[in-house]
Amino acid sequence: MPEQTLAEAWGLAPAVLGVVAVGLILGLVVAAVDRAVVVGGTVGTVAAPLRDGARLLFEQRRTTLAPDRLLWRLGCAAVPTLALLSLAVVPVGGRTLWSTSADLVWFNAMEALLWAAVWLVGWGPNAVHALTGGYRFLAQGLAYELPLMFALITAGLAAGSLRTTDVVTAQEGLWFVVTMPVAFVVFVASAAAFAFWGPFTAPAGPDIAGGVTSELSGVDRLLVDLGRAVFLGAAAAMATALFLGGDAGPWLPGPVWFLLKTFAVVTALVWVGRRVPVLRPDRTVEIGWMVLVPMTLLQALVVAVLVLNGFYA
Amino acid sequence: MTELSGWAFTAVAVLGVLSVAAGIAVFVVDSMARATFALLASFLAVAGVLLALDLVYLAVVTALMMTIEMAVMAVFMIMFMMNPAGLMPMTMVHNAKGSAVIGAATFVVLAVGIWTIDWPTRNPPRPDDSTRQLGEAIMGSHMLVMLVIGISLFATILAGTVLATARGRYDRFGPDLDADRPDDPVPGGFRR
Repeated sequence: MPEQTLAEAWGLAPAVLGVVAVGLILGLVVAAVDRAVVVGGTVGTVAAPLRDGARLLFEQRRTTLAPDRLLWRLGCAAVPTLALLSLAVVPVGGRTLWSTSADLVWFNAMEALLWAAVWLVGWGPNAVHALTGGYRFLAQGLAYELPLMFALITAGLAAGSLRTTDVVTAQEGLWFVVTMPVAFVVFVASAAAFAFWGPFTAPAGPDIAGGVTSELSGVDRLLVDLGRAVFLGAAAAMATALFLGGDAGPWLPGPVWFLLKTFAVVTALVWVGRRVPVLRPDRTVEIGWMVLVPMTLLQALVVAVLVLNGFYA
Repeated sequence: MTELSGWAFTAVAVLGVLSVAAGIAVFVVDSMARATFALLASFLAVAGVLLALDLVYLAVVTALMMTIEMAVMAVFMIMFMMNPAGLMPMTMVHNAKGSAVIGAATFVVLAVGIWTIDWPTRNPPRPDDSTRQLGEAIMGSHMLVMLVIGISLFATILAGTVLATARGRYDRFGPDLDADRPDDPVPGGFRR
């Protein structure tokens, strides 16, 4: 495992560009798979998100009466930025853009900031549906934040390190998903909740006319939708690194395995997520608190006992 | 102090000024949302200072906790404020004279403390992994302090929530607490 980060190996600017490119590709993969699952795959499946994006880029911006323009723009720009920043600690092909002794907490912090940014997107336009969506997202985020945190920390616990490359190295013998299936499922589900996607789409639900996204148009909508897709892709990549052995695999080179596994996680996520009805936050956030939190804590306990018994050594 | 590279020194200075400026903005702006996010910007600048000092875990955890705190504050805004959602301008200053006195007194105490404490001058070897060192301190010699702080914070959260909700268990389960299903204004969740 190279101890070098991508920034050290390639120089800062090419490494940043590389990670941004990987993020955009992941976002495109998520959008394309999503489209393929919903309307069926055709030749134009990959081109469709690109076409929609280009259209949004040239669309004229709508505005509302007396919006909080500063915070609104800030929130819209922050969503894709934070999604890309969370990718900075994902070891695509064995290397992260930058490596610290607290990578997992970094990922979590970007997620929390995303949470605040989405609330801003709901607050900014000074419109009732958008604000309702923003507050729905706040409640949803609050319910799924802790389970996600525990799921992340469980992987760090087993590896004895918060560094993602160490977590990948620690899975040489056995993928973490085998001993921590609950953490894996909770991580992926919570990531979907943070991208308010699939069954967790209530903050942007049709019952409140699109919620947080209801007043978005043009570049703003492009940025927010892009950020959601990139974040889902980044979360799938992170799940691959934390629970599915990262780039380990026979015959093929590491990065290819990594992207294959990420693609599999994305496909499974979208395939399952699009078949589950939308979960109403008022009915389901309580499950987040009463079921998911104790379950992830139990999972962490099991892993902690295994660590003490030298299972992962 | 002398250990800091020129780059880190500049970053600390700029971010420090930024954090104070954002802190002042909290009291200058006229909307709850802007005040909240000015405060968040201030904390993020502090996280940046910690990052420049190579204390990654502390930096990231500051950003994480403060962001969640601001989001939770937005939730509390709904619970307590008369006008939680509106963009109508409202003053962010209450009890201006009392706050000014408290603020000035705190500043004096902290400034006197900073300049009079006999800070260690030796240069201990930097730990390879400041995160691990911090973890060992928290789970070892400073565990009691951390536990007390943690429980106090948790008690504060519970107390805040109890104060915010006007309904108690008698409203939910009846005068004899024997109702099978709680009578809640919002349906859903378990046992409904």
